[in-house]
Amino acid sequence: MSEADTAWIETALTSARPQAVGALLRYFRDLDTAEEAFQNACLRALKTWPQNGPPRDPAAWLIMVGRNVAIDEVRRARKQQPLPEDDQAISDLDDAEGALAERLDGSHYRDDILRLMFICCHPQLPATQQIALALRIVSGLTVKQIARAFLVSEAAMEQRITRAKAKVAEAGAPFETPGAVERSERLAGVAAMIYLIFNEGYSASGDTAEIRKPLCEEAIRLARLLLRLFQSEPEIMGLAALLLLQHARSAARFAADGAVILLDDQDRTLWNSNMIAEGLALIDKAMRHRRSGPYQVQAAVAALHARASTPEETDWTQIDLLYGALEVMQPSPVVTLNRAVAVSKVRGPQAALELIEPLAPKLANYFHFHGVRGAFLMQLGRNDEARIAFDHAIALANTSAEAAHIRMHIDRLIRDSQPKGANGGARQGAKAK
Amino acid sequence: MLYAILCYHDEDFVGSWSKDQDEAVMKKLAMVQDKLTQQGRLGPVARLLPTTAAATLRKEDPPLVLDGPYAETKEQLLGFYIVDCKNLDEALDVARDLGAANPGGAYEVRPVGVFRPGGIST
Repeated sequence: MSEADTAWIETALTSARPQAVGALLRYFRDLDTAEEAFQNACLRALKTWPQNGPPRDPAAWLIMVGRNVAIDEVRRARKQQPLPEDDQAISDLDDAEGALAERLDGSHYRDDILRLMFICCHPQLPATQQIALALRIVSGLTVKQIARAFLVSEAAMEQRITRAKAKVAEAGAPFETPGAVERSERLAGVAAMIYLIFNEGYSASGDTAEIRKPLCEEAIRLARLLLRLFQSEPEIMGLAALLLLQHARSAARFAADGAVILLDDQDRTLWNSNMIAEGLALIDKAMRHRRSGPYQVQAAVAALHARASTPEETDWTQIDLLYGALEVMQPSPVVTLNRAVAVSKVRGPQAALELIEPLAPKLANYFHFHGVRGAFLMQLGRNDEARIAFDHAIALANTSAEAAHIRMHIDRLIRDSQPKGANGGARQGAKAK
Repeated sequence: MLYAILCYHDEDFVGSWSKDQDEAVMKKLAMVQDKLTQQGRLGPVARLLPTTAAATLRKEDPPLVLDGPYAETKEQLLGFYIVDCKNLDEALDVARDLGAANPGGAYEVRPVGVFRPGGIST
């Protein structure tokens, strides 16, 4: 088997996985059995596809073979006698059987995948377990790959996934076809889980960016999949747009030495224009529905950044308004903190500082708060207070990368504030750069 | 006679290509395209964004806009336009005008990701 063959088959298995495991889960009503059946089917695929050529419909083939192999296993165990070698029979699966499997499963396609994803983001599971389970079951990443992305040992990750599976089995998975209300609840849960996967990858620091990038890519793949299943959901369009627009910047986010490069300083030619085009098309489409939601608003903010070919062209007034809308939908001090950055660009650091001062009690332990506050103080020329705020931020940084990030802020502001007067940053147009 | 060659593939599959796989395919395609370009036989080439970015205008009265791609096996692809529009609404307006001139069937409005004008010499 050539390398190209192997790569082709692996891609086919990955892309067919959600549908196939979803259908097998409905059939066997047990996550472990479904997964094992799929894995057995994959082994057969690796053996027979290179010889017989790829099947017309890999998912249907895998569902059929997975089902047969699992049933054979049960029979074998029951009879305690070996069955004849049946690879030949399986490799003869032709279009007739493919069509049958498709008939069996096509009508369930959407609910199977939604159920599979829903099980992974079961409300009783903590977020870290949801993500791990989804990456294992829906995406088919190996425990080793997931452990690597999460920067934990393989044994710890194995345990996390086993625990999650046990909890899901205990809670019982809903197998009936969901009603409209329930479906939309599940959809929201699944969207949140995909968003979490993305954030896990996106929050990587410079030295882990390459390791964690696959999480972002996988989240985008899942968001696209979900959007194909629910084509008229503006929030799912918004989610996919948000992830694409954020990830489009990934090549510009870190310097070669792993240092963070802030948005204003990023080389915009490194941004992925295809992803931006797709993200903009999706948010454009979502807006037509006039049913706004948090993902759409965040995507709209990302779109404004993506549309600006230089930092100076960024439409901060519009971003301020969008964060204002997000504050209404999803009130949170962190959202207000983000809005303050836009406010500082539009109305100056004094207005921004006034906006965030009331957040101090709630965000006292949030290092970004002190970092942002320090930046505003610095722009106002209140350097001593700024230094104290930055020291707070560094003390609260969770990683050395975060601390380095704040130190970079300090250096940069010291550098930038020098040519300006004490009030140099107070007016619009006095950019951080 | 000019011939249009329309590209079809399973989107789940293509969407699962890694960046490297995608680039490798595009590179191999470019080699085929370059040969045709040198012969002055290659017209415009476009790579469409995924179907999730599509909207469909059913040419009823009034026209009905649906999210997602065109999906009616009993109607056939008869041709296509490439129009430069500011946004989806503008593109749908163009589709509406075309639809008024030629009712029945549907137009799929699909953003173009990559476009090369080509240099055909006929």
